[in-house]
Amino acid sequence: MKAKIHVTLKQGILDPQGKAIEHALDSLGFKNAANVRVGKYMEVDVQETDKAKADAQVKQMCEKLLANTIIEEYRYELV
Amino acid sequence: MSLVITKELIAQHNLTDDEFKKIVEILGREPNLTELGMFSVMWSEHCSYKSSRVHLKKLPTTGPRVIQGPGENAGVVDIGDGLCVVFKMESHNHPSFIEPYQGAATGVGGILRDVFTMGARPIALLDSLRFGGLDTAKNRHIVKGVVAGIAGYGNCMGVPTVGGEVVFNDIYSLNPLVNAFCLGVAQKDKIFLGTAAGVGNPVIYFGSKTGRDGIHGATMASDSFDDQSEKKRPTVQVGDPFQEKLLLEACLELMAGNLLVGIQDMGAAGLTSSSCEMASRAGNGIDLDLTHVPRREPGMTPYELMLSESQERMLMVAKAGKEEECIRICKKWDLDVAVVGKVTGDGILRVFDQDKVVAEIPAKSLADDGPRYERPFSPPGYQDMLTNLNYDALSDVKDANAALLALLESPTIASKRWVYEQYDHMVRTNTMVRPGSDAAVVRIKGTNKAVAMTVDCNSRYCLLNPYEGARLAVAEAARNLACSGAEPIGLTDCLNFGNPERPDIMWQFVMAIEGMKDACEHFKIPIVSGNVSFYNETNGLSIYPTPMLGMVGLIESADKTMTQWFRDDGDDIILLGATREDLGGSEYLKVQHSREQGSPPYLNLETEQAVQTCVLQLIRTGLIQSAHDCSDGGVAVALAECCMSGPDQTRGAVVRLTPGRQRTDSMLFGESQSRIIVSAKPAQRQTVLAQAQQLGVPAAVVGAVGGASLVIYLGDERSTTKTIDLPVATIADRWGFSLERRLSQE
Amino acid sequence: MNVGVIVFPGSNCDHDCRHVFQDVLGQSVRMIWHKEMSLTGIDAVILPGGFSYGDYLRTGAIARFSPVMGAVKTFAKDGGAVIGICNGFQILLEAGLLPGAMLRNKSLHFICKDVHVKVENAATAFTEACESGQVLKIPVAHADGNYYTDPVTLAAMQANAQIVLRYCTPEGKVTPEANPNGSLDNIAGIINPEGNVLGMMPHPERCAEEILGNQDGKLIFQSLLKAMKVKV
Repeated sequence: MKAKIHVTLKQGILDPQGKAIEHALDSLGFKNAANVRVGKYMEVDVQETDKAKADAQVKQMCEKLLANTIIEEYRYELV
Repeated sequence: MSLVITKELIAQHNLTDDEFKKIVEILGREPNLTELGMFSVMWSEHCSYKSSRVHLKKLPTTGPRVIQGPGENAGVVDIGDGLCVVFKMESHNHPSFIEPYQGAATGVGGILRDVFTMGARPIALLDSLRFGGLDTAKNRHIVKGVVAGIAGYGNCMGVPTVGGEVVFNDIYSLNPLVNAFCLGVAQKDKIFLGTAAGVGNPVIYFGSKTGRDGIHGATMASDSFDDQSEKKRPTVQVGDPFQEKLLLEACLELMAGNLLVGIQDMGAAGLTSSSCEMASRAGNGIDLDLTHVPRREPGMTPYELMLSESQERMLMVAKAGKEEECIRICKKWDLDVAVVGKVTGDGILRVFDQDKVVAEIPAKSLADDGPRYERPFSPPGYQDMLTNLNYDALSDVKDANAALLALLESPTIASKRWVYEQYDHMVRTNTMVRPGSDAAVVRIKGTNKAVAMTVDCNSRYCLLNPYEGARLAVAEAARNLACSGAEPIGLTDCLNFGNPERPDIMWQFVMAIEGMKDACEHFKIPIVSGNVSFYNETNGLSIYPTPMLGMVGLIESADKTMTQWFRDDGDDIILLGATREDLGGSEYLKVQHSREQGSPPYLNLETEQAVQTCVLQLIRTGLIQSAHDCSDGGVAVALAECCMSGPDQTRGAVVRLTPGRQRTDSMLFGESQSRIIVSAKPAQRQTVLAQAQQLGVPAAVVGAVGGASLVIYLGDERSTTKTIDLPVATIADRWGFSLERRLSQE
Repeated sequence: MNVGVIVFPGSNCDHDCRHVFQDVLGQSVRMIWHKEMSLTGIDAVILPGGFSYGDYLRTGAIARFSPVMGAVKTFAKDGGAVIGICNGFQILLEAGLLPGAMLRNKSLHFICKDVHVKVENAATAFTEACESGQVLKIPVAHADGNYYTDPVTLAAMQANAQIVLRYCTPEGKVTPEANPNGSLDNIAGIINPEGNVLGMMPHPERCAEEILGNQDGKLIFQSLLKAMKVKV
């Protein structure tokens, strides 16, 4: 199974990269662009056929290493 | 490999018909595709120096301190105490235009490897950068990317970027220059060379895995650009500074263990160049088995494996029986490692893939028997138009304050703080003089010594007169070192030019070499390493000739190190050297009159030497408080820099300059050479002037440090007009934030 | 005193820390490879600056799982003195030995320059050679030094005087302009509630010798020696 994991800064935490990109989009004329959040996207092959087990493993990966839950939140899908 | 070698295929490999004939002659048969690829990279301009070699031979490369001159990964110069410095400068121009961040980053990675491959721990980086003007978004993008790339790589490696220079001119818009200089320190008796000595010794690959990166990077660097170049993006390598840091530590550990015979990094032309060059230097051959080469992607062909320019890879020849120990050390540092071959006595580089011979070429033919060209050269028809400038048609300066501010704001002169604050310039805790003075100075731990470094080249001078321009570059570099208290001990160069197949470009190159030769011979400075970058040209428009110099100086007693800024109110300001009518090629003419014309400033090498000897003597005897060389923007800009470049506090100054027949603009902003502004306690005034007189150096007290403004009077005491009168706070702001303001435009 | 300097793959201020303790302060130093499991005989532990594991996921995120970190945690729990400088501070945060996390600098750039920090608590093992309120000039060199923690933790740290160093002007005023990276409350250095673990972004080892023109950083190390009752 492949886990597709997104890690972003939590809402409410200043995202300076997101702000810079938002500003750049604005100056390029994309006046409707707002609330840019920058994050990381990771793909992990999980050697596991049981979806529930894979889910539990990926959740642990996120909690332990892939995200710092003080500042970041994560979500993932298993395919 | 049954592919037919067609004319198109030969042309795609940037080989001429004659060159192909020579290959057939060497092999006694037609090459296969892998062999064609190997010849094409090794015989490219970048690797073979085919257009430049006959001229480079003229340069002085020896001296009492020289341990290793050109021809190895880097040059080596003795600094006493059983130590030596290892240094080189290299270009990464073409990749930096295509992908600024990765291009610059891998440039830094490459030059670091050149230095630590020799057994030296790198302790300082400098960068010489040339960009187009900051008024286009594309150029700003390149500047930001290149600076971030240098920072990203150097900072992670923990090697401080202690200095450099940045010049802006629209001629570099489509051909920016990124020249990286690195210096390391090694034990004099522990220098490692790239040699495959000892038949039967194992050849070991270590570092990163091989991928399809940068295949034909070396031929790309030997080709002019056209509008399609941005599509060549896949050939740009991606750097991994973390991997390189591990590689560095592993190399130094391997070298400490008496395990190695020779070692070389896989730079341009990767596995091909490292194997054939090491074999050729030892007069040996190598049997190389690609089966064991660590790979990042499946299905790679021998052609791709031999030509890949994946970064952070090395090839070493170990002493027989030491394989296991070498592998253990590489694994400790989490590096891929594999024995991929052995040294043979037959002089052939023989490449195997799964027991099949896929290439078989005499190593020496690949490495050293490439074509040599004596390309025709002649001055361009436009040269006279460039040098003839009727100064009478140019009005003298009316508002000198405005002119000075405009110069201080010009990106070439403005503070490079925005750049160097992104570089870790203090790691390793050796940096005594940080970026922003005439030269960077790092102490050598365990000794009382320090090493000063500078990179210099005024390419506008070189355009107007390549011979004089090159001499001026040598003189300025040496002067910058002298102002820091250092005596020059060696030079590395990075010669950036246009297309050598054009006689006018070749003429620039030949003249520049002559100029460097004459000046280096006069100052007795050996050139110990270097690099040539041709084809810096897009759609027929070539860069200004830019023979970049990286000069290294030794300070025997580190406590006798000097900086450029004024220290105390009340100190005398003394100008060493004479001011002539020297407006030609000046930054002032460009900024105020939009002219890049005239003859570059006059330079007399005897006078220059005397001024440098004088300032060194003043520093060593502790007579002066600061020393700053007058260059871009002349004496007015130099004085302003003395006032505002100090780390903690700015100083004012009141100065009176007494012109002879010179124009006002020439007096203030002309770039007469061999001039240094020093400051000294008034109690030392007579001694300083007497020492200068003894050496035949003109010296005059022109003012005093103090106040909150920079004030310059022109004329004798009767003249009470302040030609320049600006608060230091104003000039410091304009000069200090110009770059930041220009770069923050959207 | 026996100082242990931890060497992670990618550490690059390890030699600088060794140099200060060994050559400047005359202490004995052991370089501890990150795969070692024991800190026997070590009196104080330094987590040096650098780019451990390239900082590729998050600064310090991978280094906290190095084998040696188990020993460092035990060492700290037993009251041993631990200093994390720059990347070392980031690792201490990821390891949970200090509260909070680091965000990218507000400018988005790596920034290397001298800054001024105010000693807010001079009664710690790492600052007792300083005066309370003293301003130190120490360089920073980082891309991720923008300290963040939740309001509850911040209030607790303020109440416990855990904020040891704050960015300030040369005159000692804690202002937004003096904040080089956007750190919450101008935080440059903090300690744990027990007072034996210090994390700081500025590099004191870079300014501890006369030849480098600034010795303010030496005070941090001299404080430690004083606290450990080492005669210098």
